[in-house]
Amino acid sequence: MWLIDSSIGRKFIMSISGIFLVLFLLFHSCMNIVVIISPSGYNAICGFLGANWYAVAGTSLLAAGFVIHILYALYLTYQNMRARGSEQYAVKKNQNGVEWTSQNMFVLGLIVFGFLALHLYNFWFRMQFAELTGLHTGMFDAADGASYVKALFSSWIYCVIYIVWLSALWLHLTHGVWSALQSLGLNNKIWLPRVKVVANIVSTIVILMFMSIPVYYLLGFGA
Amino acid sequence: MEKSINVTLKIWRQAGPKVKGKFETYKLDNVSTDSSFLEMMDVLNEQLINERKEPIAFDHDCREGICGMCSMFINGHPHGPDGEITTCQLHMRNFKDGETITVEPWRSAAFPVIRDLMVDRGAYDKIIQAGGFVSVNTGGVPDGNAIPISKVDADEAMDAASCIGCGACAATCKNGSAMLFVAAKVSQLALLPQGRVEAAHRAKLMVAKMDELGFGNCTNTGACEAECPKNVSISHIARLNREFLSAKFKD
Repeated sequence: MWLIDSSIGRKFIMSISGIFLVLFLLFHSCMNIVVIISPSGYNAICGFLGANWYAVAGTSLLAAGFVIHILYALYLTYQNMRARGSEQYAVKKNQNGVEWTSQNMFVLGLIVFGFLALHLYNFWFRMQFAELTGLHTGMFDAADGASYVKALFSSWIYCVIYIVWLSALWLHLTHGVWSALQSLGLNNKIWLPRVKVVANIVSTIVILMFMSIPVYYLLGFGA
Repeated sequence: MEKSINVTLKIWRQAGPKVKGKFETYKLDNVSTDSSFLEMMDVLNEQLINERKEPIAFDHDCREGICGMCSMFINGHPHGPDGEITTCQLHMRNFKDGETITVEPWRSAAFPVIRDLMVDRGAYDKIIQAGGFVSVNTGGVPDGNAIPISKVDADEAMDAASCIGCGACAATCKNGSAMLFVAAKVSQLALLPQGRVEAAHRAKLMVAKMDELGFGNCTNTGACEAECPKNVSISHIARLNREFLSAKFKD
């Protein structure tokens, strides 16, 4: 199967799953920003998603996207370390124009994944999971997302943790978005700098929307 | 203006492919800043021979930057700290008096060390043999102007064809990927009418061979382009991806 056996096939899967996850982040961040504008509107969205069949189907698809992206990342990184060989250079300098992010995507991915586990525990476990199983895992009603957001971000430590997490995600996306397009072959000499600018804009918009929420609570507006 | 400098050289010595190598330090005095790096290496070897020591084995041939033989990883950069040149075009004026210069062979699983600074770059030849050619059927030669080629395509093909197959891209890549080399070879042919016919087939064969030989997966860091002595653009990698993916989807 060329999607596993060939290097470009593997990169194709990495790109497609990455783009899928970026689209999800766009949706997620648009949804989140509502909590600032109108907490009751945000709860309406939480109720609309919840344990309805389409939300469960969407979540399953999303989980599959994450799993594929992570498994391929592990496989690609393992192969790349093997291709590098056992002997390392005694002196190795970085080149101008090579972004730090592009050389540390796996590390950034690990950071994002680590915080993701915390994030799932903070929200998903107390909301969709609670609705699915009928268990009371949190202190509020499962669809009362706004209360959960407010409770979590009333602690400045959580605000800072989320800001750090989102910064790592931003770095991951600034390389990931243009790299995905390059791996799909949707690039050329003229579009190379343009694609990078588009990637920076997309990732910055997504992260600013996400980050506005902990910052909003950190500054005391949501209290 | 000629000037001479004294340098300390830390050079990788390895007696054979299976032997464990190590760095040896040599002192070389009165090196002319007008001499090339390889001339400096010749002087050092002369000195070693006079001291009844084994000279350092290194690859070199044309010494004018077109054969792609000279392959040294100097002070953390393939082909040395200067940009867009090969090792043979590197001059000693790029180094300071008293500087310690570290010289290593290409290090990549697909380029095993043969001896000292020499590596086996046969892997690149095998990739070319897999599909980096145009099948020619003999017959009458058509007029060169019968098939118009746009200036843009001709320039792009020539830029790709400037690749000399030195191996700096795979040597510097943190993933040991040969994508820039393969992309240049696929592009130079795919952009022109003669090579276009077999383009899809060629991309599949060359990528399959590249993977088989143990080169890594490209993660678009761009280090290859930054170190390439011919400044081959990573936009060719996008073209290779495009060729390969569309060929696979057509199957």
